[in-house]
Amino acid sequence: MQVSVYRYNPDVDEVPQMRDMSVDLPEGKDLMVLDVLELLKGQDPTLSYRRSCREGVCGSDGINMNGKNGLACITPVSEVVKRGKLVLRPLPGLPVVRDLVVDMTQFYRQFEKVQPYLINDQPPPAQERLQSPEQRAELDGLYECILCACCSTACPSFWWNPDKFIGPAGLLQAYRFLADSRDSATAERLSKLDDPFSVFRCRGIMNCVSVCPKGLNPTRAIGKIRSMLLHQGT
Amino acid sequence: MEFDGVIVGGGGAGLRASLQLAQSGLKTAVISKVFPTRSHTVSAQGGITCAIGSDDPDDDWRWHMYDTVKGSDYIGDQDAIEYMCSEGPQAVFELEHMGMPFSRTETGRIYQRPFGGQSKDFGKGGQATRTCAAADRTGHALLHTLYQANLKARTTFLNEWFAVDLVKNQDGVVVGVIAIEIETGEVVYVASKATVLTTGGAGRIYASTTNALMNTGDGIGMALRAGLAVQDIEMWQFHPTGIAGVGILVTEACRGEGGYLINKDGERFMERYAPTAKDLAGRDVVARSMIIELLEGRGCGPEGDYLMLKLDHLGADVLNSRLPGILELSRTFAHVDPIKEPIPVEPTCHYVMGGIPTQVNGQALTQDAAGNDQPVEGLYAAGEVACVSVHGANRLGGNSLLDLIVFGRAAGQRIEEQMRGGVSYRDASDSDLEAALSRLNRWNTSAGGEAVADLRKELQNTMQVNFGVFRTERNMREGIKQLAELRERIGTAHLSDKSNAFNTARMEALELDNLLEVAEATAIVAEERRESRGAHARDDYQERDDDNWLCHSMYFPADKRVGKRSVNFEPKTVDAFQPMERKY
Amino acid sequence: MALVTNVTSLTRSGLADFLIQRITAVVLALYTLCVLGFLLVTDNLSHAALVDYFGSMGMRLFSTMAVLSTAAHAWIGMWTVGTDYIRPHYFGTGATVFRFVYQSGCVLILFVYVAWALQLFWSL
Repeated sequence: MQVSVYRYNPDVDEVPQMRDMSVDLPEGKDLMVLDVLELLKGQDPTLSYRRSCREGVCGSDGINMNGKNGLACITPVSEVVKRGKLVLRPLPGLPVVRDLVVDMTQFYRQFEKVQPYLINDQPPPAQERLQSPEQRAELDGLYECILCACCSTACPSFWWNPDKFIGPAGLLQAYRFLADSRDSATAERLSKLDDPFSVFRCRGIMNCVSVCPKGLNPTRAIGKIRSMLLHQGT
Repeated sequence: MEFDGVIVGGGGAGLRASLQLAQSGLKTAVISKVFPTRSHTVSAQGGITCAIGSDDPDDDWRWHMYDTVKGSDYIGDQDAIEYMCSEGPQAVFELEHMGMPFSRTETGRIYQRPFGGQSKDFGKGGQATRTCAAADRTGHALLHTLYQANLKARTTFLNEWFAVDLVKNQDGVVVGVIAIEIETGEVVYVASKATVLTTGGAGRIYASTTNALMNTGDGIGMALRAGLAVQDIEMWQFHPTGIAGVGILVTEACRGEGGYLINKDGERFMERYAPTAKDLAGRDVVARSMIIELLEGRGCGPEGDYLMLKLDHLGADVLNSRLPGILELSRTFAHVDPIKEPIPVEPTCHYVMGGIPTQVNGQALTQDAAGNDQPVEGLYAAGEVACVSVHGANRLGGNSLLDLIVFGRAAGQRIEEQMRGGVSYRDASDSDLEAALSRLNRWNTSAGGEAVADLRKELQNTMQVNFGVFRTERNMREGIKQLAELRERIGTAHLSDKSNAFNTARMEALELDNLLEVAEATAIVAEERRESRGAHARDDYQERDDDNWLCHSMYFPADKRVGKRSVNFEPKTVDAFQPMERKY
Repeated sequence: MALVTNVTSLTRSGLADFLIQRITAVVLALYTLCVLGFLLVTDNLSHAALVDYFGSMGMRLFSTMAVLSTAAHAWIGMWTVGTDYIRPHYFGTGATVFRFVYQSGCVLILFVYVAWALQLFWSL
């Protein structure tokens, strides 16, 4: 199979380029894209990418495969390959460090901006804080985020304003804490989101939903934040 | 760079320790080779075992302690197990207060599920339900919560920094680490009054493992190269249910929720091996039973090389709410839908019970010439890299997450105490630093030799073939010989890419050194322990030998010697549990 | 966040901008329907008929609302487009100056339109 890989090593390359490589795939086995990367790295150890758990939980290997963001370790080659060719690029919209490795500083900064931790000023009880299964169910579809950045780097609004628009991943986490019955900082959290950029740059394009490897729905969470802002404002 | 405390490894134990230190106002940094939420704790699924009394208000941490001692096949240190089980509830409640999204019961308390090896009333009251869970994503929920808490506490993170080796001063005190900032390739001496190793496991010494690609035993490797001893390193847990062929973990919670294993005849074979606990016997027991089924020709599939985990009888509702992650993983990696059909599974390397011996407070230990415990000044360890030892010869499911938070916290508290008392060590001299840099320099100047990937594969296959679930002397001798050869070859292997920016080839080379250290220690001690105990099962010595081996093994890297260290039988508040025959 | 609202967002509140854009859209939709309806039902469309229709007090007020809505709606939209696309990433160091010129142009055009329209409707 032909694989076209984005290559850039700042130590030696003036500019990035797409380089063609070829791999022999074992018969009758649908490899994951990460397996292909490992085969390529066997041929050329200088190829760099992040990877760890190889089961879609750690969120290291978000890359762009034939135009679509996803996790290399849980994306079967057959799902993305087009006309016998696999095209691998780093996640779009973030500075490239080397090959498929991007600098995620801006992504993490937006995540940190939403105060992604429980705030509760009451002294904690001797045991756990109680929470009904229904209240806990509010967190489903939110807490499972693995911070792989597939969504935010598929979002045009995040491409345009990565410094000001929090982006789908950060907003999903913002809502995760707004939705938590144990969190007492709702008003404070909302007031920090009510500027023209943080939330309102979302245009409902829904690229985030279509690429999320965990099947989460940031657009819906953003809608919920908007309506919370509205309720607070009126 | 200089800190009061440097934590090497950003997983559960590391983040719990750093949180303790950051909250106490000490100058703390976490060195992690990946962004912390990508640490392998994130893959833990089933839960965190702890007697919080949610499912059963009468539950007692002493029952949990009994189970853990029995599970360890009696070489877990009882003072440490006592500490873990009694401190556990507080540590779990703290996690909840930090915001961890536990699943809940109807009364709003933390949801608990049954796990293997659990009992009520010291084994007399039947199966207990003691494992606190956040669906089947407990590790993910725990790790993210701890990272969030660290953000709140403003911990300093050196993310994507790779620790190369410990720095010891003239007095043998550990005074920091040499680390590489991966993005730039810059090599830095990070000086510290307390260095905490929380680097996790080393499952990648085997060809088939549930462990992440980065679980290369970096902490154990660093300790061994620094001349320190490791304890019980031959004790490797094989998880009964890794997805056949790929090794992806399928949580024990599947069996806790009512799933069970079947052979090719559809027989629930665990009823024969463990009539009472059945599929919820200790992991070592289940894994061995599975291998026997396979050897006796009752495996499934055309090659008869795997067994099946049946879940469909639990119904779609239970599976969707309690085991959503398992549904996802099975569909992706086994191409089966557990709602309709069983999952093909096989025992897969999962966890190392052994590691750097420590006191209950995390202080690393070694032995002096007379065999007495000797603290290693400046060095602490917690989590899988450590051997405190609460897991002994076999870990119970759900006890690893508890180990992380209880002993991560304990190490933090201990260091706080030490720092308040004030410590000062001699600075590292140039020659001390030179020593810690030597292996990095070796790779950076290597001009020819074999490729890292090939050597790694050979090492993994050697371990897989010779040091699996069942071990025999002949195979192990062969394995030890092969590892000795591999040591020669790795010592002259080649790093072709010497560039600076995000050089993953260099990391993999450095990791290979660590794999080798762990593998060789495992092999040498496994051959020496001439008995079967817990996860260490020998064909040639099938019985447990309490007369000679009711003790920890110690491995001394300088002369590759195997020694012994006595097991603690002196818990503080309860009577010790005496060794008995271990039946489930 | 004063930093991100800098000079020019209409209300400095994302929510208010968001609401204004939607409310003004409704006003404009209604106005369009109203005018379209008039054009459809009127057989003999003469200048006098138009003056008569738009000269009523009700229509004068409605037209004023529509013009102001257009201005607010357009400003929020154009400002957003400007802050999306006119950035140093694409235009280098001159981006800020360019954006200022662009925004000034938008303000000027909108001001002229509003003034002209108001003058027109209220002088009928």
